Amino acid sequence: MIRYALGRLTSLIISLIVASIVIFAVIEVIPGDPAAFMLGVNARPDTIAALRAEMGLDQTLITRYLDWVTGLLRGDFGQSWTYKTPVSELIADRIWVSLPLAIYALILSTLIAFPAGIYAASRRGGAGDVTIMGATQLGVAIPNFWFAMILVLIFAINLRWFSAGGFPGWDNPFQAMKSLTLPAIALALPQAAILARVMRSSLLDMLGEDFIRTARAKGLSRRQALWKHAVRNALIPVLTIIGLQFSFLLAGGIIIEQIFFLPGLGRLIFQSISARDLIVVESVVMLLVFTVIMVNFLVDLAYAAVDPRLRTKA
Amino acid sequence: MSLLAIKGLSLSIGDTEILHDIDLTMQAGEIVAITGESGSGKSMTALAVMGLLPNGSAPKGAVLLDGTDILQTSEPDLCKMRGNAMGMVFQEPMTALNPVQTIGDQVAETILIHEKTTKPEAHRRAAAMLERVGLKVSPKRYPHELSGGQRQRVVIAMAIALRPKLLIADEPTTALDVTTQARILDLLRDLVREFDMGLLLITHDLAVVADVADHIVVMQMGRVVEAGQTHALLSNMQHPYTKALFEASTHTVQLPVRTDSVRLLYAKHIVRDYPMPRQTLLGPRPQFRALDDVSFHINHSERVGLVGESGCGKSTLTRAILGLEDVQGGEIRLDGEPVFTGKHPNLAVRRKMQVVFQDPYSSFNPRHRVDRLITEPFHLLETPPTGQARADAIAKALTDVGLSPSDASKYIHEFSGGQRQRIAIARALIIEPELIIFDEAVSALDVSVRAQVLDLIADLCRKRPLAYLFISHDLSVVRTVTDRVLVMQAGKIVEQGETETVFTNPQHPYTQTLIAAAPQLPALGMAV
Amino acid sequence: MSRNLIIGTALTLLFIALAAVSFIWTPADIESLDIPNKLQTPNAANLLGTDHFGRDILSMVMMGARTSIAVALVAVGIGMSIGIPLGLLAAARHGSLLDEFIMRGNDLVFAFPSLVIAILITAVFGASAVNAIIAIGIFNIPVFARLTRGAALPLWERDFILAARVCGKSATHISIEHILPNITNLMIVQGTIQFSLGILAEAALSYIGLGAQPPTASWGRMLADAQTLVSIAPHTALVPGFAILLMVLGLNLMGDGLRDWLDPRIRVART
Repeated sequence: MIRYALGRLTSLIISLIVASIVIFAVIEVIPGDPAAFMLGVNARPDTIAALRAEMGLDQTLITRYLDWVTGLLRGDFGQSWTYKTPVSELIADRIWVSLPLAIYALILSTLIAFPAGIYAASRRGGAGDVTIMGATQLGVAIPNFWFAMILVLIFAINLRWFSAGGFPGWDNPFQAMKSLTLPAIALALPQAAILARVMRSSLLDMLGEDFIRTARAKGLSRRQALWKHAVRNALIPVLTIIGLQFSFLLAGGIIIEQIFFLPGLGRLIFQSISARDLIVVESVVMLLVFTVIMVNFLVDLAYAAVDPRLRTKA
Repeated sequence: MSLLAIKGLSLSIGDTEILHDIDLTMQAGEIVAITGESGSGKSMTALAVMGLLPNGSAPKGAVLLDGTDILQTSEPDLCKMRGNAMGMVFQEPMTALNPVQTIGDQVAETILIHEKTTKPEAHRRAAAMLERVGLKVSPKRYPHELSGGQRQRVVIAMAIALRPKLLIADEPTTALDVTTQARILDLLRDLVREFDMGLLLITHDLAVVADVADHIVVMQMGRVVEAGQTHALLSNMQHPYTKALFEASTHTVQLPVRTDSVRLLYAKHIVRDYPMPRQTLLGPRPQFRALDDVSFHINHSERVGLVGESGCGKSTLTRAILGLEDVQGGEIRLDGEPVFTGKHPNLAVRRKMQVVFQDPYSSFNPRHRVDRLITEPFHLLETPPTGQARADAIAKALTDVGLSPSDASKYIHEFSGGQRQRIAIARALIIEPELIIFDEAVSALDVSVRAQVLDLIADLCRKRPLAYLFISHDLSVVRTVTDRVLVMQAGKIVEQGETETVFTNPQHPYTQTLIAAAPQLPALGMAV
Repeated sequence: MSRNLIIGTALTLLFIALAAVSFIWTPADIESLDIPNKLQTPNAANLLGTDHFGRDILSMVMMGARTSIAVALVAVGIGMSIGIPLGLLAAARHGSLLDEFIMRGNDLVFAFPSLVIAILITAVFGASAVNAIIAIGIFNIPVFARLTRGAALPLWERDFILAARVCGKSATHISIEHILPNITNLMIVQGTIQFSLGILAEAALSYIGLGAQPPTASWGRMLADAQTLVSIAPHTALVPGFAILLMVLGLNLMGDGLRDWLDPRIRVART
């Protein structure tokens, strides 16, 4: 187990390093002169020179890269050019909207998908299975931001159960969660559709395996064999999907924020892109990628917890 | 009252009739074997007794276990009986266990399902049962840490944990080595005696039946063709199918006498090591020695057998001979030329060798037609035949193996297992190699089909000078189809010599164990 | 030919037809604005109504179909043409450093959702349909690479591959002659799935402004424009949304139907 975890940890660190190099290369190397790029074609040479000095662009690439990375590790994400404030301050508040939203959506998605997928697999071919498969076909095809619009139309504007947008801050946790609920549902349902299909398919695979036959020969009923043997084995391939899902939810959340006027990372990124504030874009992208890699690392560890074959790799 | 009484059991699935009017009785403490070839319905009969028939089955008749008719019992009641009054062991031990549960948990589960007892108590009994079946590993192990034979013992432990009246075993040892098979059969015999249990043994292997069963039931195409007390039946077979089955099981071929004694293939002091995963983070990689100082030779037109159990290095040796992999020590030469030069296999030498594999369902690309499949070896030739010459070569290869030239335009899925092996032999022969390696080539075939393929091989020996290396775990087959035999164990050749000599007077203890473990058909003629 | 396949193919062909026809004819010219006519609900003159600039929504749907299909199709093309060879290479050299390298590379790209790739690209190169194609295409590469490798590895264990090696064929030769034809079905099905995902991704990118820029029509852009109007003129939001939904649904049904038709291995639960 330790060897496996260490192996995954090494993988994690290498991935982070390579990802950071890629991001650095795209943002700071490809545009040629990042300072000139940021200030635009009409900028005066001395303004450009000032920005270059401020950004430390006179140093070698390696130095700049190392400075950036060590800064990240210290929590120093640089200074935003447009807002003239440290990027870390800009991110701090906003990440506490985007991240909880993604996690909320992940939990909802799992809570909906698992029972649906298991039920569909256990009643294969029956009315329940066909209905669930039909619903998931629809769910998979819906663009989540459009679904969000429709949810707002029905639940906020017509029924007035939820507000149409905005985020009151975490001082009142209940209100905060309430304002994240419609967005989380909009994100969660399409992903739940995908997850339910994967769960069903994985479970059906398991039900065809020999060890289920052995379980039945021991005297377990169909239901007992399903729950005690099939489901746990079926979870293993499903775990990979959940890891991938998180990255989609994080990305999707960024889009959904627009519809619900949530002060998350989304607005920050898009404004920064329009304003050509490369420093903000660079740091936020790094943060997003870091989160995804971390979550996948945790999923890998969860694998080992569920599948003993990984723990004792001879 | 009989322990088990099957009366007039008929079964159809959809429109197909699978079983027709099966009758069978069995008493406690008896071992009854159902034997027959694939498609005979033996497994279905076993599943019917357990009440585990597939969806869409419509059984008729009665299956009485201690008076209770299984076919009339409700599913919840059947669940109470399975694992309790009756247990079942299946063929494939490698996939029969839940990979994410410990073996102790899985055996304890049988107990916990049927009896109201505490978890610690159930685990204690499970551990005792695992010991009783001869397993010397901790119950906290997971299935992937055990070998095939060990896993089969766990499955048996699960099936008998509650001392059922009836144990059904469907080909329990077919996937196991000969020595492991002997031990598992001994175990089953012991358990029958100790628990006064009835054992219904399904097997295609007549030798196993003769060794172990009190009564034998012969099935063919869903019907019982003959049944009776084992030795009585085998001394006095009535039904033609029984006779044919027996003949095929003991089938021998007459090989033409060979006169050549020129060296064809020789291997000297071969060493093959595989690197294994590191034990410590920075330490050296341990090596696994798959072939340890192996030396042997094969002459032109000589037929040499290779026997050994799984893990002995047979497949490694095959790959080394073919030059598919390099060796770390020693050399292999065919007609004086090395099979592997520098970093590459020597294709000019490979031209003189071909292989026939074990699994007829995996040896061919399902998307290609037969003519393309059997001409694949032409890739080795410098100027492969084209046009009419190619068509002639295909036609000749197919007729040589007993098929017709028109088969060349069909796809492989249109052929049966035995026919596919013939096509595999055609593929091996088409470039007229000097040496063919038969790698368990008849092991996956039904007994009667196997006899036909052995006849074909003997016939080919008569028509042309053919040398081969015949690898098999089935000693009786090796005995009839080879002149000399090599015995391998753990990467070494422990004994080699003339086939008859080695079989009648084995010198090495391992050879002796191997021959003693192989089940024998009674001296009606050919015993191993 | 299952029902899924028929319905799915019909829907897909419908949208392809709409896109194809749009090259020659649309009911109205979308580049001319007609403000007095704005926000009309569906009527005889405008079958699907008009938007806030008075443009005919049906015409915009047809032109938007063009954008969606073009982007998704090229993105799948990128994914397949690079991903499949990579996967074949990784499987042929299983266990080697190259295999490790390709797998790690895959994992790395998976850490960047296509939205994030799009953000990176557009931050530096500006937003456009081409950049959307690149962003979505890059993400498709590891999808196909991983799938190909996963399907090829068990094939390499089969005896007929060993037979080909015995006949002296190289790993490349075997990958093309034996492995590839046996995974084609899987690739076709995955291709339709990635195509449908590409449609969704293109819509999302256009919605936030990182995709096709005006005056190029795109369904995502239409939804963005309709966002503030959703309560007063719901058809402006419903129509493009349904267009996306139906096209993606059609592709998915077609993919499912193809899967059953090409490889009818019906899984039966044991008992």
